[in-house]
Amino acid sequence: MNNILRYVLQIFNYSIFMIIVWYFSVAPAYQHIAPDQALIALSFGHAGQPVEECRQRTPEELAELPPNMRNPIICPRERSPIEVELFLDEQPLFTETFQPQGLSGDWGVDVYRQFKVLSGQYHLKIRLKDSVRVKDFNYVHEADVVLKPAQLLVIDFQPEKGGFVIQ
Amino acid sequence: MKSPTKPSNQNITVQSDKYQHQLLASDTYKDTLGEQTLKKFFHKPINYTYLYVDAWLNFAFGTKNNPLYHLGSLAFFLLWIVLISGLYVFVLFDTSITGAYQSVESMTEQWYLAGVMRSLHRYASDAVILVILLHIIREFSLDRYRGFRWFSWFTGVPSLWMMILLGITGYWLVWDQLAQYVAIGSSQLLDALPIFSSSMTRNFLVGNLSDRFFTLMALIHLLGLPVMLVFGLWIHVKRLTKVEIVVPRGLAIGTFLALVVLSLLKPAVSHEQANLAIVPYELNLDWFYLNVYPLLDYWTAGETWIVTIGITLLLMLMPWIPIKRTPPAAKVNLDHCNGCAQCFDDCPFDAISMQARTDGARWKREAVVNPDLCASCGICVGSCPYSNPFRHADKKLTTGIDMPEFPVAEIRSATHTALATLKGPVKILVFGCNHSADVTDADASEIATIKLACTGMIPPSFIDYVMKKGADGVFVSGCRCGDCYYRFGNRWMEKRVRAERVPHLHKKVDRQRVYLGGAAETDKAKLLREIAAFRNMLLADKQPAEKTKKEANDE
Repeated sequence: MNNILRYVLQIFNYSIFMIIVWYFSVAPAYQHIAPDQALIALSFGHAGQPVEECRQRTPEELAELPPNMRNPIICPRERSPIEVELFLDEQPLFTETFQPQGLSGDWGVDVYRQFKVLSGQYHLKIRLKDSVRVKDFNYVHEADVVLKPAQLLVIDFQPEKGGFVIQ
Repeated sequence: MKSPTKPSNQNITVQSDKYQHQLLASDTYKDTLGEQTLKKFFHKPINYTYLYVDAWLNFAFGTKNNPLYHLGSLAFFLLWIVLISGLYVFVLFDTSITGAYQSVESMTEQWYLAGVMRSLHRYASDAVILVILLHIIREFSLDRYRGFRWFSWFTGVPSLWMMILLGITGYWLVWDQLAQYVAIGSSQLLDALPIFSSSMTRNFLVGNLSDRFFTLMALIHLLGLPVMLVFGLWIHVKRLTKVEIVVPRGLAIGTFLALVVLSLLKPAVSHEQANLAIVPYELNLDWFYLNVYPLLDYWTAGETWIVTIGITLLLMLMPWIPIKRTPPAAKVNLDHCNGCAQCFDDCPFDAISMQARTDGARWKREAVVNPDLCASCGICVGSCPYSNPFRHADKKLTTGIDMPEFPVAEIRSATHTALATLKGPVKILVFGCNHSADVTDADASEIATIKLACTGMIPPSFIDYVMKKGADGVFVSGCRCGDCYYRFGNRWMEKRVRAERVPHLHKKVDRQRVYLGGAAETDKAKLLREIAAFRNMLLADKQPAEKTKKEANDE
């Protein structure tokens, strides 16, 4: 009788253990976004323009250099920071300035930002400035977008295709 | 008849004073305010909870199969299930971005074999984390993570992380919406570290992901992390001897069957197939492994790293919060060491090594103690054949290996004092352990007690000695059976008494008069009951013998 009771208790204990294992392996459910929300992802990899333009070295500068290093053109390595602004229906959603990476500030930046928004129709405006030598934003894109629930709208930046690309 | 559990009389107070004297020698190692706070508010409440659950599980499973006594080996057993089921799943798995999901779905559809294997892989992995968490909390509550045990605790934390990473990469491979969520979250976290030259997250935009990336993940999950985990676990148990990585058969069968039943009743299933153009809004997260990802919805990746690394560092540094002060390490007396290696064989923490003789004696080897590894448990003293109290009866007892704070000579002297205080029809000497129920609660006119760091430090010859010096019985109360604070104290003592392990208790000693028990702090009533029963048994045995003797004298 005692042995039977022990086996019953063992089954009870194993059941508790397995219920804990099963429950926390799937529950409680996590709501990443609300059912009426969509996600806008701003994602790009881009290097800003050099801070200064390439220029000719003066004869005096060339003379100071060893003969094997007398390149007549000098290009500064440092890149410009990249300023990005994103508006939805003229309301600012995101504004940030990304400093160039690298010890000499000569690397590009990689950006991935997510924004949860309610689904629906929006007027989207995004602009980017990648040079300290220009006064205003040199890339601007505007579009009317309709966001469905659970949709992922990706805003990429590909200067070789003319600037922003919305997927 | 006087109850053995009656409060102390004057004689016993003397005995208790003796005990106090012994501990006062260790004043330097008494708890500081920080330690008192730690024990009172953290260790004790959790430990008491465990002790009550322990008692319940001991009743249901028996001490041999109590899962709480085998959490470490249970984790190893579950890892074996993970490995074998994982190998099976891998054979059927398609490591391509288009084929991965379908191959896993096909497995799930075959509910009786591949589906069960997939579910076993999932649930055994989850059970590993649960068992490890219980292991961590238990070792914490028993204060088995500070002092000489810092190494196992410290190295266990990275192993836990490797296990979690193994689970995360496993979820990634299914390539369902949960995998998509995990992949993007992981990439965001990795992008926050200065280790990649370009954004990893951008790989998960529509059209950017390739099979090669998937193959890389499979390689990390199947080879890279498992190899690192095995190495991590080897380091984790490096400072222990006779590591138990094999779970008792009964527990293994029960756990495996429970997992199979769970796999059949609630098979592991996937979410919808991953689609990088949409965002999964409700996810059935596996909270054992994926609990860090929701933080990314509230904090930046950098902040999430700070919190995660902070918790990890806190865990790793816990053995020094506050620093535990342990008594001096065991000391070898070469004049009395014949290099028999019994201490080397019995040491639970690999603190003793046998090295070439340095004193020119005729023996080949000598015992050498590494103080950094020594737990000061004294188990080596109990294993030394020179700890025999019958030796040097008229002068100070010196043994081959001894504890500077509580030498074997003092145990003998305490024994003499204790025996001298005993009065009554039955005389019992109780040896108790410092990490279990307080045996001094049993002090009475016919019962004297001596507390030691571990009952494993009592040489079996002491039991013989105590009886020859007038005691009717010897009661040894160690930690609760199966859960010795110093790992092997109870076990070695039991084997020595049964003559299964050297040094043996002399075969002429009546085993009926020796009681080997185990009692945790919450078992005080049980301990007193057992002592009372032992006393009554001795009394019952003694009275007929005395009666016969008296009758013979009368005739």
